[in-house]
Amino acid sequence: MGDELRFHFNIDGDNFTSAGEASVEVKKKLRQLGFPPDVIRRVSIAMYEGEINMVIHARGGDADVLVYPDRIVIILEDHGPGIEDIDLAMQEGYSTAPDSVRALGFGAGMGLPNMKRYTEEMHVESTLGVGTKITMVVNVQ
Amino acid sequence: MKIREIVPLLEAEVLCCEEDLDVEVCNACGSDMMSDVLAFVKDQTALLTGLVNPQVVRTAMMVDMRCIIFVRGKCPTPEMIALAEEGHIVLLATKLRMYEACGRLYVSHLAGGD
Ligand SMILES: Nc1ncnc2c1ncn2[C@@H]1O[C@H](COP(=O)(O)OP(=O)(O)O)[C@@H](O)[C@H]1O
Ligand SMILES: [Mg+2]
Repeated sequence: MGDELRFHFNIDGDNFTSAGEASVEVKKKLRQLGFPPDVIRRVSIAMYEGEINMVIHARGGDADVLVYPDRIVIILEDHGPGIEDIDLAMQEGYSTAPDSVRALGFGAGMGLPNMKRYTEEMHVESTLGVGTKITMVVNVQ
Repeated sequence: MKIREIVPLLEAEVLCCEEDLDVEVCNACGSDMMSDVLAFVKDQTALLTGLVNPQVVRTAMMVDMRCIIFVRGKCPTPEMIALAEEGHIVLLATKLRMYEACGRLYVSHLAGGD
């Protein structure tokens, strides 16, 4: 350990418009570092869905990306309402998002399943009233 | 098909990244749900949508698309245009509705991908 690159982002929960800025930034950095396009794409999509979730469900939070030569770890942590039933939330199509969010193109209940689909590992820890921490790992090759 | 060829087919207006009009797109998808785009897109390089907000451009960036076509006369904001320029994504606008726009591209052999 100790040889990883670390990127930290504060995700603004009051601004749907800027949601995704951190993911765009990570995508750029991974490109500069020369990671394979498929790895970059999976990291970007997983992080982007997580970032959107923090903004629409949890009033923002923090994102950390740890870049190792053989894997990329994404940690998303918020102090939002928490997730009551994680297994249910992970199901495709399950969403508590209001119609106002659906009108913006999200809230189809595909975010968490997408994050799982594009990563090798995904852990969700959540406590009602305390917050949610999601850790995802994308392996390089 | 080059993005340039889409313009007359859809009677579209080019809103930015004119220098990228010769980029090839081999298939496309049409959707107003960005999570569906993120879930199902494989190598589609053009997105048709009636949705207008900056997340449309970021979604396209995340899946490496090169062209967004706004249907039903929807017009992206200056902020969206700036984002698209940064990501080298050509923005086109057409007055056609989604069904008609997709149909014209499909019969012109722009595939849907799988
Ligand atoms: N960070 C979060 N904090 C609180 N609840 C969340 C969070 N992320 C997801 N959820 C809950 O899990 C559900 C499913 O999430 P997701 O699959 O991304 O679908 P969507 O965001 O479209 O509703 C959400 O509707 C919400 O109830
Ligand atoms: Mg979501």
